[in-house]
Amino acid sequence: MNVEGQQANPAKSGLEGIKTLAISVSSSRLFWTGLALFIILLVDLMISPNFFEIRLVNDRLVGSIVNILDNSAPYALLAIGMTLVIATKGIDLSVGAVMAICAAVAVTLIKQYEAGATEFYYQPGFVILITIGVGAICGLWNGILIAFLNLQPIIATLILMVAGRGVAQLITNGQSPTFTNDTLAFIGRGVVWGVPFPIYIAFVVLIFVTLLVRRTALGLLIESVGVNDRASYYAGIQANAIKVFVYVLSGVCAAIAGMIVAGEVKSADPHKAGLFSELDAILAVVIGGTSLLGGRFYLFLSVMGVLIIQSMLAGLYVSTLHPTTNLVVKAVVVLAVLLLQSPEFRRFISQPFGKLSRRRR
Amino acid sequence: MKSRFIPLLMTFIVFAAMYLFAYSRFSSFGSMRIVGNLLRDNAYWGIAAIGMTFVIISGGIDLSVGSVIAFTGVFCALMIGRNGWEPIPTFIVMLTIGTIFGATMGMLIHYFKIPPFIATLSGLFLARGMAYVLSTDSIRIDHPFYESVSKIVYIFPDKGRFTFAAGAFLIVLFIGIFVAHFTRFGRNVYAVGGNSDAALLLGVPIGRTTVMIYALSSFLATLAGIILSLSKQSGDSTIAVGLELDVIAAVVIGGTLLTGGVGYIIGTFIAVMTLGTIQTYLTLDGSLTPWWIKIVIGVLLFSFVGLQKLLSSRRGLRLFNFGREHNEVQQSA
Repeated sequence: MNVEGQQANPAKSGLEGIKTLAISVSSSRLFWTGLALFIILLVDLMISPNFFEIRLVNDRLVGSIVNILDNSAPYALLAIGMTLVIATKGIDLSVGAVMAICAAVAVTLIKQYEAGATEFYYQPGFVILITIGVGAICGLWNGILIAFLNLQPIIATLILMVAGRGVAQLITNGQSPTFTNDTLAFIGRGVVWGVPFPIYIAFVVLIFVTLLVRRTALGLLIESVGVNDRASYYAGIQANAIKVFVYVLSGVCAAIAGMIVAGEVKSADPHKAGLFSELDAILAVVIGGTSLLGGRFYLFLSVMGVLIIQSMLAGLYVSTLHPTTNLVVKAVVVLAVLLLQSPEFRRFISQPFGKLSRRRR
Repeated sequence: MKSRFIPLLMTFIVFAAMYLFAYSRFSSFGSMRIVGNLLRDNAYWGIAAIGMTFVIISGGIDLSVGSVIAFTGVFCALMIGRNGWEPIPTFIVMLTIGTIFGATMGMLIHYFKIPPFIATLSGLFLARGMAYVLSTDSIRIDHPFYESVSKIVYIFPDKGRFTFAAGAFLIVLFIGIFVAHFTRFGRNVYAVGGNSDAALLLGVPIGRTTVMIYALSSFLATLAGIILSLSKQSGDSTIAVGLELDVIAAVVIGGTLLTGGVGYIIGTFIAVMTLGTIQTYLTLDGSLTPWWIKIVIGVLLFSFVGLQKLLSSRRGLRLFNFGREHNEVQQSA
């Protein structure tokens, strides 16, 4: 589904065929995103020759690649939810704040359990379910504001983004509570068959959501709402229900990401948990080629966008550059990737080869 | 009264109500002291909010303002405090850098069709990153010029202080209102935000206007950074993190529609003063914990957009029997 255009016109032969193939490959989103990831990994390899080395230490795989995947997991979850939101021509600025709220809820409840509370809803399993429920409620609030009150997504989610961190601080009473419970910690730092557990979570959610939207009509409906919600409504699509659904899903993804982050450090920091992660998630989705104007979406490529950002950061950590330059390099690389994907920029660069680019139109 | 003034009026009513409530609890709100402090403390982000109003009226968004303020502060502190530059030339150099920075973002947005959200997000990372590269620790500025600026102050009979920062804020406000409503550029900004296709057909230079809008926003953010540097007499790369959200919230509370085409500079000013009043009240009260301010801003945002929605909906129309332009804006967006 993501590689459309690559197999176009395979029958043509000779120079013309190669040219057509080159053009169709270069207009494929997978090509440009993949190229960006490839170049960044290549640079990483040049910085550190043993970048791809993976060793087994204490039954846990250790290496830069494992770290990239592990660090990517919460962002990948956010990006999956965000992709569907953006596909409906929306945006969810609140995911970072929802992460903070959910981390605060999970840790506050689990602390009650550790203190000896015996009610069933303090059991770790229920705490996880309750946390996911809280994420869903946050998403529901966004969805209702957007679908039924018809607010602009950027404003509606800005409300929760601004207020959400206040709510998280309210829940933890301004503290950063810590916990020791193994079940909750496992979500963030557990290891199964040598691989960190968050990677499994992100992978399972990616597969599940992909199947959900591509093996049912849901993906088509989401794209339809994103292109024109009024026309979709007249065509008999429950546009409002679709919108609510994507924000709820985004909230659930943020809840899981919040628990991963809380589990990693065994604490919930209402100020820092998920801070600016909504920006990184949106960035990843855009790098993955999903337009902020809604319509076509690319789940797999969004996750690839997350990997691009994380591979770049991993390269920076192993490089000899001073950590203060991280943000500058990030800005430059992100801009380069975005320009690489901008057709206007490619046309601008390829002016001498104007013939080729004109034919593409 | 014209319908487009309704959100503005509501903003003002909320401000007045909030201020009166604060006055009823603390009589010091009646003195020029608090008024002077309100203007002084909110001058820097108020100036940035005026720039943001132009951007949002044009249908865009600028996430980079907080980072630009931080970069400006560090740059000034480094050059004046450490390298011994003269303040005035430093400010001129910094304002030039800021303007070019904004213009570059405008060009990325117009010529390469990178969405404003993403282009200015890269700007956020870049400016903050450059601030870290320049210095990660706070730098003090000891310069006679800074001392003399801090002495420029008008003292009211009741010891209220009208400082340089407050004066600069009001001057920028008046220039902003003039530019928005009485110049060709101002009209172009509204035209681009209202309907950029129609604006193009009417001969509005979309590209130049877009570049100028973002240049103006960064210019004002740089100015805000300079004002902050003058009042703090130091530079720190970690200040103003997330300030852009407060700025955007103030612009929206001030009655500017994020869809573009509708909004007033004065509304933003009143909203900045409203948020400033809440902040001052919470500080004076002391019994309310600091996170309540975030929740209050959230609630205010919610009530304002709700109100705007009501005004632009069909029922709201019948209720007030006007408000056509809101509806048109929504449909074109």
